[in-house]
Amino acid sequence: MQIITIIIKHPFGNYSSERVFSMRKAASSALGAAIGIINGVFGAGAGAFCVFGLEKFLKLEDKRAHSTAIAVILPLTVVSAAVICFKTEIDWGMALKLSAGGIIGGFLGAKLFAKISSIWLNRIFGVIMIAAAVQMIFKVN
Amino acid sequence: MILIIIGVLAGIISGMGIGGGTLVVPALTMFCGTEQLQAQGLNLLYFIPTATVALCSHVKNKRVETENLWYIIISGLILAVAGSFIALSLDQGILRKAFGCFLLLMGAWEILKKPR
Repeated sequence: MQIITIIIKHPFGNYSSERVFSMRKAASSALGAAIGIINGVFGAGAGAFCVFGLEKFLKLEDKRAHSTAIAVILPLTVVSAAVICFKTEIDWGMALKLSAGGIIGGFLGAKLFAKISSIWLNRIFGVIMIAAAVQMIFKVN
Repeated sequence: MILIIIGVLAGIISGMGIGGGTLVVPALTMFCGTEQLQAQGLNLLYFIPTATVALCSHVKNKRVETENLWYIIISGLILAVAGSFIALSLDQGILRKAFGCFLLLMGAWEILKKPR
């Protein structure tokens, strides 16, 4: 946390460029570790957290952070999925249908991405996420 | 059919990088009665082709930041494997509630995020 704070306060000043560079590496590794844990345990949401980390700690601009997050999460998802598939019975029919929809949606989403102002989208999804969260927390087993 | 619709909607959101995956898991447990771990596994699988398509477009448009990318990915890979084993060892009800808490935080962050 200390390392991260220093980077936020002094992106370039007071430190030699080499030191800042190595701190960025350390911050990147720490961010990767946190994203990895979330992706493994929850199997979702690591992308959103990755965007948050890239913007806050590595100071990436909004749209760059979103695109970079996908590049980070994809390999992590492959290994997490491999572990889960190896240990549990996956309904492959469901996976296939979801993925078919996902490919179409992913293509459309990336096309729309450049054109849409995301702030209202973020707020709408935030509300949906909270509603879903409350339902999941209070649902009886 | 509902699965394909969930896939398309979540794919659009994922492609835009707003966190479609966080909505696939609750959608599956709510509308399809899927168990928590199964829903998480399905979301991971679904994300692979979806993200590949979106990523191709982003790479082509040079929107991916490559500086220090490998540091994030390599430490992430190690912890992702560890995290998956944690998920497997947890009780499904506890896993779902923990997921709900995480979703609550992410939702709050989405709402409070400042426009740029």
